Amino acid sequence: MFGFGILSGLIFLPLVGAAFILALRGDDEATRRNARWAALVTTLITFGLSLVAWSRFDITNPGFQLVEQKEWLGATILYKLGVDGISMPFVLLTTFLMPFCIASSWETINTRVREYMIAFLVLETLMIGVFGALDLMLFYVFFEGGLIPMFLIIGIWGGKRRIYASFKFFLYTLAGSLLMLLAIFAMYGVAGTTDIVTLLKTAFPVGMQKYLWLAFFASFAVKMPMWPVHTWLPDAHVEAPTAGSVILAGILLKMGGYGFLRFSLPMFPDASQYFAPLVFTLSIIAIVYTSLVALVQEDMKKLIAYSSVAHMGFVTMGIFALNQQGVQGAVFQMVSHGIVSGALFLCVGVVYDRMHTREIAAYGGLVNRMPLYAVALLVFTMANVGLPGTSGFVGEFLTLIGAFNANSWVALFATTGVILSAAYALYLYRRVVFGVLDKPSLKTIKDLSAREIALLAPLLVLTIYYGVQPGPILDACAASVTLLVKNLDSALAVTKTAAVALH
Amino acid sequence: MTPISFALAHTLPELILAGGALVLLMLGAFRAGKGDWIISELAIGLLGIALLTLFFPLEGKALIWDGAFIDDTFGRFMKGLALMGALVSLLLSREYMAREKIDQFEFPVLILLATTGMLMLISAQNLIGLYLGLELMSLALYVVAAFHRDNVRASEAGLKYFVLGALSSGMLLYGSSLIYGFAGTVSFTGIADAIHGNVSIGVVFGLVFLLAGLAFKMSMVPFHMWTPDVYEGAPTPVTAFFASAPKMAAVAITLRIIITAFPGVTPQWQQIVVFMSLLSMALGSFAAIGQTNLKRLMAYSSIGHMGFAMVGLVPGTEQGIRGVLIYMAIYLTMTLGAFAALLSMRVGERYVETIPDLAGLSRTNGSMAFFLAMTMFSLAGIPPLAGFFAKLYVFQPAIDAGFYWLATIGVLLSVVSTFYYLRIVKVIYFDAPAEAFSPVKREVTGVLWVASFGILLFWVYPAPVLTAATNAAKSLF
Repeated sequence: MFGFGILSGLIFLPLVGAAFILALRGDDEATRRNARWAALVTTLITFGLSLVAWSRFDITNPGFQLVEQKEWLGATILYKLGVDGISMPFVLLTTFLMPFCIASSWETINTRVREYMIAFLVLETLMIGVFGALDLMLFYVFFEGGLIPMFLIIGIWGGKRRIYASFKFFLYTLAGSLLMLLAIFAMYGVAGTTDIVTLLKTAFPVGMQKYLWLAFFASFAVKMPMWPVHTWLPDAHVEAPTAGSVILAGILLKMGGYGFLRFSLPMFPDASQYFAPLVFTLSIIAIVYTSLVALVQEDMKKLIAYSSVAHMGFVTMGIFALNQQGVQGAVFQMVSHGIVSGALFLCVGVVYDRMHTREIAAYGGLVNRMPLYAVALLVFTMANVGLPGTSGFVGEFLTLIGAFNANSWVALFATTGVILSAAYALYLYRRVVFGVLDKPSLKTIKDLSAREIALLAPLLVLTIYYGVQPGPILDACAASVTLLVKNLDSALAVTKTAAVALH
Repeated sequence: MTPISFALAHTLPELILAGGALVLLMLGAFRAGKGDWIISELAIGLLGIALLTLFFPLEGKALIWDGAFIDDTFGRFMKGLALMGALVSLLLSREYMAREKIDQFEFPVLILLATTGMLMLISAQNLIGLYLGLELMSLALYVVAAFHRDNVRASEAGLKYFVLGALSSGMLLYGSSLIYGFAGTVSFTGIADAIHGNVSIGVVFGLVFLLAGLAFKMSMVPFHMWTPDVYEGAPTPVTAFFASAPKMAAVAITLRIIITAFPGVTPQWQQIVVFMSLLSMALGSFAAIGQTNLKRLMAYSSIGHMGFAMVGLVPGTEQGIRGVLIYMAIYLTMTLGAFAALLSMRVGERYVETIPDLAGLSRTNGSMAFFLAMTMFSLAGIPPLAGFFAKLYVFQPAIDAGFYWLATIGVLLSVVSTFYYLRIVKVIYFDAPAEAFSPVKREVTGVLWVASFGILLFWVYPAPVLTAATNAAKSLF
């Protein structure tokens, strides 16, 4: 339509929904109900449309598909969209998680419902845009634009320290990203365009690559987040409303990993190899240190937030293993973590809605009153630990294989993280679910409602399904990852020959 | 020698404003009625007509009045911005002036005279023209700064502005005479020829003084001291005018004189501009953090923004100049939007201007809250709002020309400045509501709406601004 393709449709559909909600007037119960339904329907249609896009997607083709292009800022900075095997899973993950976010806020958000739904829909637009953009400047606009709705979501509907958390989130991410913006200018200066497809074919001088890599790293490392710039995440997670946490853990963190895969690795291969030990070190510290920190947390959300940092450590380790297993494992780990951590935050939301506290000490013995909840939480906890048979296992296993092939010491230290994750996750589960139910406030707590079951069941099924049947995700990204690794190897080989010839 | 009709055609906007100002002055003096809006309506009309005349299809470049005045695409672009700034400020002023009972007819006349000065300044092609334009503009501005003469703060602002402004004019004049003495000519192109490959210390001295005088008008550090006090003390519509139109003129003449007259001393002026730009960005970012008065905050914000805009001048390339032009266009929109919001802040019968007055605005006036918040995000330079593209087009040429550290420090300072813009958003959206604002006239709300839509939707269709700025920058080289 009007020369726009299906990806444009995906990006702008949520905006249409937002505009519709904006047109609703009044603040009575009917308006709120309409706003909720409109948002849910919009996200569901968007998900449906993304499935259509998926059906048109050819997984054997490693290049970009569903490409569309228009002039935007002059002839060199384009409005160009397209997906390949690496970005398609993230587009689907985004559209898949959004209806859960809307549905999880159904009863818990009662103030300024219209604004809330609009913020989420705008955020969805920007997130899909990040994964669909094939122009670096366009990518940047979507990447940074997401800060505005998320800032408002945390700040307006968040918990007690929401203002501190929202400012920290915004300023941390912005500081990292602006350095990336400068690097984008420098790349534009070399290549004369910000078209990603052209940039992928451009060989940047090795010396320049290092600075560019560091600038991109500053942005993605904060977004991931990697140790030591992870400190905004626990604050943001704890203060954000449940749906905000789900989106934060499920999608926003993945932008960092996606950025590494899309830009750092293929565009700066030499720098990636040069800095791989740095990333390995930071990843190991993230895995071990944040797992230990998670052990002593008193707040459920904070514990899961720290565990997210640890899991993202596996992702960065896998990516910078620079081989097929590592990269594919990283993609799988990100998708799986998107589902599992999202589900865990929803689980925390379930008890928080009843008790209005996230203190672990306030719970205990929930299994007696909430057997269904206990089962759901168990599955997601096990997936978080990486138990074989759940989706968490596949990603961790592949990234560890990749790391082992690259550097066995890295794999050795990283594997201790698996043990530590079992420690903190099981410890959390025991304190919340098992034990004697002796707290008077818990005596009347109710098990999952129908809405909550509907929310958690699909995620639970997918967690198990991808645990035993990881094929769909791995196949989707296989061709593109193979191409990525092949280009990487040949680029590195060229530099090596040049270096040898020089000596 | 060019025929007189040719010269008149190219100075049409200036003639309209100058003649119109005189006629309106007579009209006002004879009517002698207070609260008479007809003068300001006519003034707005004149500004609008002057704006339209800029679109007359005249051939590209015309050097007239013995080489003192140049009419080119660059000039027309900047004149358009200055006229728009003046027009909208006047539009915004009417309700405020009437409510504060200072709606004398001299105000629109003075605005017209100041704007005439700006147009002369933008088109100046020799040092005499520059000084005449600058003084015509400044003298009118000194008076409007103190326009609320029964108010102590406004009088103080006017006096302060006058004393410091006279000092800066003196410096500028001193610099001009040095340059004239060493180059032997007052014409910009003549100066460029004279110092080509023959840089004497006297010219550099002159350049320093000249830029000091111009930096004062642009309110760049270290010549910014007057800005917060004058912004705060002057009546709000006057502040809106100060923040918009004169800035455009001062930036325009700075770009013109540096690019036309001083390409021979590029390393020298680059040092000065880099220095001022860095200091302005730093001061604008840090000093605004502690402010509670919105007008003072906007003053520091404008200092910071001038610093950012001048990053585009540093490389001295066509791309860079284009960046500055785009920056000024977007900055003008954001500033006018912000001041329209400021002029909508009326509790009961009283205008308020501190940040806490905005508390919980999102509950009491949703659309104004949203627009003001988006303006703040845009001033902070967050995509996809217009302010981001402004920064994009000045930093990109700087990086291209190898000014990596300048750009890096610049963007990091912009993160600092984001903090205080976010604080306003926080007050608007996160805090408990304060007293609701009384409704204001449609023209004020209208300006806010139009400016905000410009900011919000710039990314959809940026081509007109980009093309105009590209052509304007091209005509300067």
